[in-house]
Amino acid sequence: MKFFQTKLANGLQVIAELNPSVHSVAMGFFVRTGSRDETPEVSGVSHFLEHMVFKGSDKFSADDVNRVFDEVGAKYNAATAEEGTLFYGAILPEYLPITFELFANILRPALREDDFNMEKKVILEEIGMYDDQPSFLAYENLMQSHFAGHPLGQSVLGTNESITALTCEQMRKYHHDRYLAGNITLAVAGNTDWDKVVELAQQHCGHWPAGEGYRAIDEAHPKGGLKIITRPKSQQQHVMQMTPAPSAQSKLRFAAEILSVIVGDGSGSRLFWDIVDPGLAEAADLDFAEHDGSGAYLTYLSCDPEATEENLALIRSIYDDVNKNGIREDELELAKNKVSSRVVLRSERPMGRLSSLGGNWVYRQEYRSVDDDMQTLRSITTKDIRDLLTAYPLGMTTTVAVGPLTSLKI
Amino acid sequence: MPEQVIHTHQLANGLTVVVEPMRDVQSAAFSFLIPGGSAFDPVQQNGTAGILTDWITRGAGDLDSRDLSNALDNLGVQRSENTGINHLSFSAASLGLNVPAALRLYADILQRPHLPEEEFEAAMAGVEQSLRAMEDEPQRKVIIELRRRCYDAPWGLPTEGCLEDLPNITPDSVRAHFQRNLRPNGAILGIAGCVDLDEVLGVINDTFGAWATQPEPEFATAPRGERIGHIHHESTQTHIGIAYDGIEYSHPDYYKAWAAVGVLSGGMSSRLFTEVREKRGLCYSVNASLNSMKHEGRVLCYAGTTAERAQETLDVTLGELVRLGDGIESHELERCKARAKSSLIMQQESTSSRASSIARDWHFLKRVQTLDDIRRDIDELTVESVLAYVHQHPARDFTVLTIGPNQLNVT
Repeated sequence: MKFFQTKLANGLQVIAELNPSVHSVAMGFFVRTGSRDETPEVSGVSHFLEHMVFKGSDKFSADDVNRVFDEVGAKYNAATAEEGTLFYGAILPEYLPITFELFANILRPALREDDFNMEKKVILEEIGMYDDQPSFLAYENLMQSHFAGHPLGQSVLGTNESITALTCEQMRKYHHDRYLAGNITLAVAGNTDWDKVVELAQQHCGHWPAGEGYRAIDEAHPKGGLKIITRPKSQQQHVMQMTPAPSAQSKLRFAAEILSVIVGDGSGSRLFWDIVDPGLAEAADLDFAEHDGSGAYLTYLSCDPEATEENLALIRSIYDDVNKNGIREDELELAKNKVSSRVVLRSERPMGRLSSLGGNWVYRQEYRSVDDDMQTLRSITTKDIRDLLTAYPLGMTTTVAVGPLTSLKI
Repeated sequence: MPEQVIHTHQLANGLTVVVEPMRDVQSAAFSFLIPGGSAFDPVQQNGTAGILTDWITRGAGDLDSRDLSNALDNLGVQRSENTGINHLSFSAASLGLNVPAALRLYADILQRPHLPEEEFEAAMAGVEQSLRAMEDEPQRKVIIELRRRCYDAPWGLPTEGCLEDLPNITPDSVRAHFQRNLRPNGAILGIAGCVDLDEVLGVINDTFGAWATQPEPEFATAPRGERIGHIHHESTQTHIGIAYDGIEYSHPDYYKAWAAVGVLSGGMSSRLFTEVREKRGLCYSVNASLNSMKHEGRVLCYAGTTAERAQETLDVTLGELVRLGDGIESHELERCKARAKSSLIMQQESTSSRASSIARDWHFLKRVQTLDDIRRDIDELTVESVLAYVHQHPARDFTVLTIGPNQLNVT
């Protein structure tokens, strides 16, 4: 695998990790804009705009877009989060030029009024769909509570009200302000030539307006709290909690990743052995989420409503023990073996490399090969974990519960 | 496409091993399909196989539950255990060089599990809670309940089990299920990736060669549920499930059936996505898929939409399913073919998907299709042949199940 990088005159960052021995090529436009960059009047616009991109440009109609992607057999999609909008696809190498042209073209979407009004209905349905998924509802509310007053607390989907009120004109302005070449990274992974990538980028993106989108990345200082959403007819109780963790820019993030595996992986972790394995809960896990300037440990518990407080007390005691005594050498070694195998397996597919390639560049203007990741992983010590826990102990700062319970003692 | 070599080997006890060595990868994956899925759950004990799937990894051979889990984790084995209709499936992937050691651990799990009495309640509690969680997610529940209504039992029973039956299941009944059903005859092991053929076959002969065969057990059949149904749920959306007859995986027309469903739902330019979502904005999720088993198959469709637009969504979706018989454009079929070919080539980048494909092929066809075989079958499809299939197997006699605040009118 070989890494290449350049920047077009308008500021578009172009990076590629090329590998002639794979069968496909993956490409992604990482636009550094998401719900944290929205004002309250346009809440949900980043995600809605992501949908509207697929409604086409002046050159491609909505039908053309769907048709051409299918004609080349692309595996493609898009995703919007708090701080990024990603458009990505994997194709056979011979279809890179047409796929590239299509993606680049629709990133300057026509934003036609009738398409906007039709897609608004789909967005409202998407909001309705997530409303029927308790764990998603808990996550959405937790982000809002934990990061209240900070841009990270802004909803990705928006609300029925904000989406209904949103105008096409407001979306055009948001696109004009945020989809600037300097705010976008193009990443390519897999089987193609670097010269071709640069040529395609020049040809289809060289005319994009220059400029960078502003974003304040002050670290959040969550006050914490408890929010209970009572759904009397639910069978299970879903609880999500957040507490501050290292940011995407922090050197401590590697330790935080591995700590989350040791303490809260889906199997073989402390939460697994003490809570899930004995059948006390359907799920109990800990994740680490890195953001620009802030980070969070995320706890998820799904269990019998009556067992919720007891399970939370157990989780609390596990966290207290880890904070006080750190972790053991054998736990660290086991987690390293698990994670290194995951890294290798994921990296065998271009699509698997794309998010790590793009993510490293967007957050840190850094290239990390699979070997770099393996070396960093191997070098983490129990002392690194100790340093992490001193700066960012595990905890239960903010809690959201969804289910039959009307009250909850943490 | 590089030449693909697939080796098939059968042990004297009937275990079939299918191996596809792959170049340019460091990983290898394997997929065990072991007889003893939910179709063999005793009557009124639906969930027996599901509990066994959890319980069976709680200690085996010389290792207790925790040591076994640690041994697999230390080999970097990413694993999952699932309860299927016919089989319990055990999938694993790791670096190729760790696969022989991982296979030895699975030999213990499948032949010498401890099934410890003191951990039975925990396994049961895990199954019970995941069934309760499913009750809170109508989008998942609707397809599970739809299958009950479009297939006779045991094929339509939920593989995960059902809450009413769990109290009837005891440690002894699960042990009996293990002893009666889990056997080498009828079992399949698919392996793909960076492995040395002689080495893995040696390990398999060593560790599975003495596994004793068992007679094939019988299963009890029972009629399916009501064809049209509604389950009341205070949800935001109405979740719609529709089923109609398809064909089995081994049917000579399988790829025609696959293409017909592909025209309906294979990509964002497909009919359902275009007509239900893009033109009318009725829903976020709408899809159809071919659910083929060994002896029969159905097309299963899903659409989720807010209650006030649910009737229109149901009517438009049913209309599109029927309209397929009016004709198919050649470009619609060409897009299906293009998507299939690109998927086939990309499969070669994933040892896990190759391992599960070759094991599944052996189960359904008693042979493994190479990617070239599949490509040839797909190339041979024509609009006329796909349409002829649609006319022989028209979308009609629909099974319809809705979950949501209001019942719909099914005409």
